[in-house]
Amino acid sequence: MTHLPLDQQMLDSCAALLLLLSFAMLSQRRVVTLVNLYAVQGAVLAAATLLLAWRTGEGHLYLSAALTLALKVAFLPWLLHRLIRRLEVYWDTEPLLNVSGTMLAGLLIVVFAFALAQPIALLASTATRSAVGIAVSVVLLAFLMMITRRKAMSQVVGFLSMENGVFFGAMSASYGMPMVVELGVALDVLVAVLVLGVFFFQIRERFESLDLHHLESLKEHE
Amino acid sequence: MRALDWITQVLEVVAALAAAPVFLGWLNQCRAWLQNRRAPSLWLPYRSLHKLFHKEAVIADNASSLFRIAPYVVFGAMVLAAGIIPSMGTRLPLVVAADAIALVGLFAAARVFMSLAAMDVGTAFGTLGARREMMVGFLAEPALLMVIFVASLISSSTALPAITENLASGRIGLSPGLAFSAVAFVLVLLAENARIPVDNPATHLELTMIHEAMVLEYSARHLALMEWAAQLKLFNYVCIGFALFLPWGVARAHIGPVGLLVAIPALAVKLAAAGAGLALIETVSAKMRVMRIPEFLATAFLFAVLGLLVHVLLGA
Amino acid sequence: MITISPTLLTGCVALLCGWVVVGLAGLLRPGSLRFAGRTLFPLGALLGLALALLAGASLLGGGTERLILPVGLPDLPMHLRLDPLSSLFLLLLGASSFGISVFAGGYFRQGEGALPGLLCLQYHLFLASMGAVLLADDAYGFLVAWEVMALSSYFLVTTQHRIPEIRRAGFLYLLMAHVGAICLLLCFGVLQGGSWLFTFDAMRAAHLSPGWAAAAFLLALLGFGAKAGLVPVHVWLPEAHPAAPSPVSALMSGVMLKTAVYGMLRVGLDLLGRPVWWWGLAPLILGLLTIFYGVLFAAVQTDMKRLLAYSSIENIGIVFTGIGLTIVFEGSGLETVAALALLATLYHCLNHSFMKSLLFLGTGSVLHATGERNLGRLGGLIHRMPWVAWLTLIGTLAIAGLPPLNGFVSEWLLLQSFLFADHLPHAFVNLLIPMGMALVVLGAALAGYVMVKFYGVIFLGQPREASLAHAHDCGWLERIGLLWLALGCVALGLFPLQVIRALGAVTGQLIGAAVPQASSHWWLLAPVPGRPVSYGPLVFLTATLAVVFLTVLAVRLTYHQRVRRAPAWDCAFGGLTPRMQDTAEGFGQPIRHLFQSFFEIERELPAPADRTPRYRIAIRERIWRLAYEPLSNAVERLANAAARVQQGRISVYLLYGFVTLIVLLAVALMS
Repeated sequence: MTHLPLDQQMLDSCAALLLLLSFAMLSQRRVVTLVNLYAVQGAVLAAATLLLAWRTGEGHLYLSAALTLALKVAFLPWLLHRLIRRLEVYWDTEPLLNVSGTMLAGLLIVVFAFALAQPIALLASTATRSAVGIAVSVVLLAFLMMITRRKAMSQVVGFLSMENGVFFGAMSASYGMPMVVELGVALDVLVAVLVLGVFFFQIRERFESLDLHHLESLKEHE
Repeated sequence: MRALDWITQVLEVVAALAAAPVFLGWLNQCRAWLQNRRAPSLWLPYRSLHKLFHKEAVIADNASSLFRIAPYVVFGAMVLAAGIIPSMGTRLPLVVAADAIALVGLFAAARVFMSLAAMDVGTAFGTLGARREMMVGFLAEPALLMVIFVASLISSSTALPAITENLASGRIGLSPGLAFSAVAFVLVLLAENARIPVDNPATHLELTMIHEAMVLEYSARHLALMEWAAQLKLFNYVCIGFALFLPWGVARAHIGPVGLLVAIPALAVKLAAAGAGLALIETVSAKMRVMRIPEFLATAFLFAVLGLLVHVLLGA
Repeated sequence: MITISPTLLTGCVALLCGWVVVGLAGLLRPGSLRFAGRTLFPLGALLGLALALLAGASLLGGGTERLILPVGLPDLPMHLRLDPLSSLFLLLLGASSFGISVFAGGYFRQGEGALPGLLCLQYHLFLASMGAVLLADDAYGFLVAWEVMALSSYFLVTTQHRIPEIRRAGFLYLLMAHVGAICLLLCFGVLQGGSWLFTFDAMRAAHLSPGWAAAAFLLALLGFGAKAGLVPVHVWLPEAHPAAPSPVSALMSGVMLKTAVYGMLRVGLDLLGRPVWWWGLAPLILGLLTIFYGVLFAAVQTDMKRLLAYSSIENIGIVFTGIGLTIVFEGSGLETVAALALLATLYHCLNHSFMKSLLFLGTGSVLHATGERNLGRLGGLIHRMPWVAWLTLIGTLAIAGLPPLNGFVSEWLLLQSFLFADHLPHAFVNLLIPMGMALVVLGAALAGYVMVKFYGVIFLGQPREASLAHAHDCGWLERIGLLWLALGCVALGLFPLQVIRALGAVTGQLIGAAVPQASSHWWLLAPVPGRPVSYGPLVFLTATLAVVFLTVLAVRLTYHQRVRRAPAWDCAFGGLTPRMQDTAEGFGQPIRHLFQSFFEIERELPAPADRTPRYRIAIRERIWRLAYEPLSNAVERLANAAARVQQGRISVYLLYGFVTLIVLLAVALMS
């Protein structure tokens, strides 16, 4: 084992925790827990950003850590919890693929993501290959989660988690995006959740369920 | 130093034999408190063992000698395991006999004997228990091995004392792979020791029971040995957890007799905390349906594999 | 130290000829079971023992001997060679065949298929041809011996040729054997590298371009894989093994599959010289697949011999995984680790030949005592057949990979070599190898499941049929055979260091590196230098026994030892019947449920109100529908197309001959 400096070790651990949380989300059936996991993921992300900010001394990273904390740990989870209570969707009972199968697919995705990250990490000036690999994994795993779930609620959480992955990737590859972009993305996410929330009410009103396979009936019949 | 090593060795085995029932008692006490019940005595497991040993053994007519040998083999395996796991010191003479892989093999041997014994009388419950136990085992055992392999790769050794020694030395720092393994290990521990989300140690309901179904035909001293072995197994698993994830306080090779004096209270404190933690997990989670168990264990297995992957990835 | 003289090789050849003579002697009194069983088979067994001793001496000596026999075609004498690799496999052949032949002496019964004398001939010819395969040092000799081996075993498989299923199984076996043989023929054709010399020495000296070398390697993998039972060319194995009489199944599974492993090692690590690392990925991946596939199908079988056949597939998977790892490590320049992986491979071959033979023979005894192969009609035999039951228990525990028996040692070594994956210089591969390790471990744990099912359902519990009350234990010849193999399992488990030392000559020959011993104790296995890793099976066993003994003593001295026998507790329902136990189907149900998508399941469930409910389930391999049936259809279509040439009129056939002649003459004229 090479001996890494402590802050690098902690950053690696944060990255691993992010991945762990992604897998935990993948294996979780309860929507409430899913949202909580998302909040924890946000917290880890904020911690990682803070760590990086402290290491590099770049001011805007402090700001984006604070933003992450406010948005992803506090506001969005609160919003989602409220939505869950209002819509009464606590369970995503039947994932399309069983949990072990999903996890296995996730495992392969991680290997693939790391293979993918190899050239990217060479280009980036700052990042370790592991951080980029984990960021790509988190994005792809979130994608996988969206594919395998039926309830719209879990798909939204998947979407948000995907954004976490992108954020982490950008942060570790180039010390974060420019502030303007970051703010823009944050706003986008916020708006997306609000809009989706409205959609949920509409969907439920129309089909009396949030199960997305009802949407299949919307396609044109041959 | 040799003498000290042997003292540590004997002390560890004796401590395991003595502490395993108390640890179960402590776990039950914590659980009772958490559930707002009046707690049973800490010494209750001792008393029931004592009572069982005094009773007359009743054995089914068609039981073969395998049925009578099995409790001794299972118990022997667990005692040997207790001697191999570095719960107090890392310089154990017995450890040359078996590394971590052999330790898992030892657990597997105990499991196989127990299942065979359960099938021996040929009742519906016995075979059912054996089948479920093997179902738990075939996923839990590789998961445990993968957990151990992460630590082995970090320390370049599969010998548990070497791993503990290496992890306790603080040279490693934080290892992300171990975080995954720790999660997997807790899941495996719960499943292997028939704790709540997988099996309920307090019920004889045929729909759910695993361990109790297997020992249903046993009575008196044979049952006592089986129960004691189960308590030892729980104790051993918790100690493996300490050795892999919380190696602090163990008497390391270069410290000498003082280390042992520190190690004993350290172990007691860790055990008390672990018992409370397990009780908490058992209180907040609900028993799963039997066919959900493989899913639970597959998650554990995949987490362990992921730990290994992450370790290799981050180490590269 | 034993001095090496040419007599070792000539001795081996003489013993092989001895087997042929013993076989021919069976024809003297072909109808006499007594003559074949009581005289010839034990004689053959003694020859096997002698062969094992000679091979052992050669292995310890570590030398190489050559011999050229002037038999065969005029300009093509037969080259023979005895080096450490062939000595090891000859040792395996001799030692397991001793147990199996002794058992066979007591096993065959009157009126079962072929005449005893004929059986004796086929059996000993089979043994001799396997020996010849191991000794051959040129492609001709090798392939001739290989074909004799395939044919003699074909006749043995179809001993009970009046049963249509057995004839079908035999045909499938013959077909796959020939597909494999064609691959080998091509492989040797590539290996000679333009020199048109077919001795192995010439092949070692030939310089192949990387592409041709890889092609030869893959052809060898396919050819030997088809013989060994590597997925996806394993399909003959679960059909042929149950069809053959039990000693023959034991011989096929225990020894013949190993000749294929021998061939793979000979071509991959010896004839091809230094392998390229990525070749190893093919056997590694196929091996891992085979492990998982074999063990899953073993878990859902209801026929005890089929179950063992699938378990053989699993073990062959372990062996090929080891070969793959060896090549990956060797190609990457990690010789010591490669030697460790090779050691695990060879050790597993030895182990498997003992434990699987033991189990097959055990099922043979059960089959004779009860007439049943179906697990669902057995049970409780430990009371009726204590010898078979207790000796089989040793094999069961060994193959389940439990310490301190032998199966554990080779798995331990394999896992140790897996743990060096992070030293590999290839970024992607050292990622995949941990996943491979996970599969190996999962396979080992599932093997435990399978073996508990196997043993528990046959020998434990209550007899599921009334007729089992008349089951009898096996005869003394059979007991000796079982005992020999069981002792082999125990010895291989308890003295790994001595075995490894003997195997050192083979790793030295193939890899050029031996595994250095890190420990100075004769009872301690510590093969990895620089890593504090050890396993001491003797200490392990002694400690366990000591604890058990002390416990028994303590319980007896402190308390009483009263025992009362009573009926099993029936949960107050009354009437505990044997049918309430798990059947084989029931015991395999979790696996069937979990891995549904692997199996093609056909199920008949009874109606709810049915008075005489019947439940039937048939499990097939998907590979039949996905690969083999389309393939056989395609072949049939091709054959039909070719059939148009067949006109039935003599003049047309004469025309064909005439045209061919003209064309050939024209070609001759041109050149």
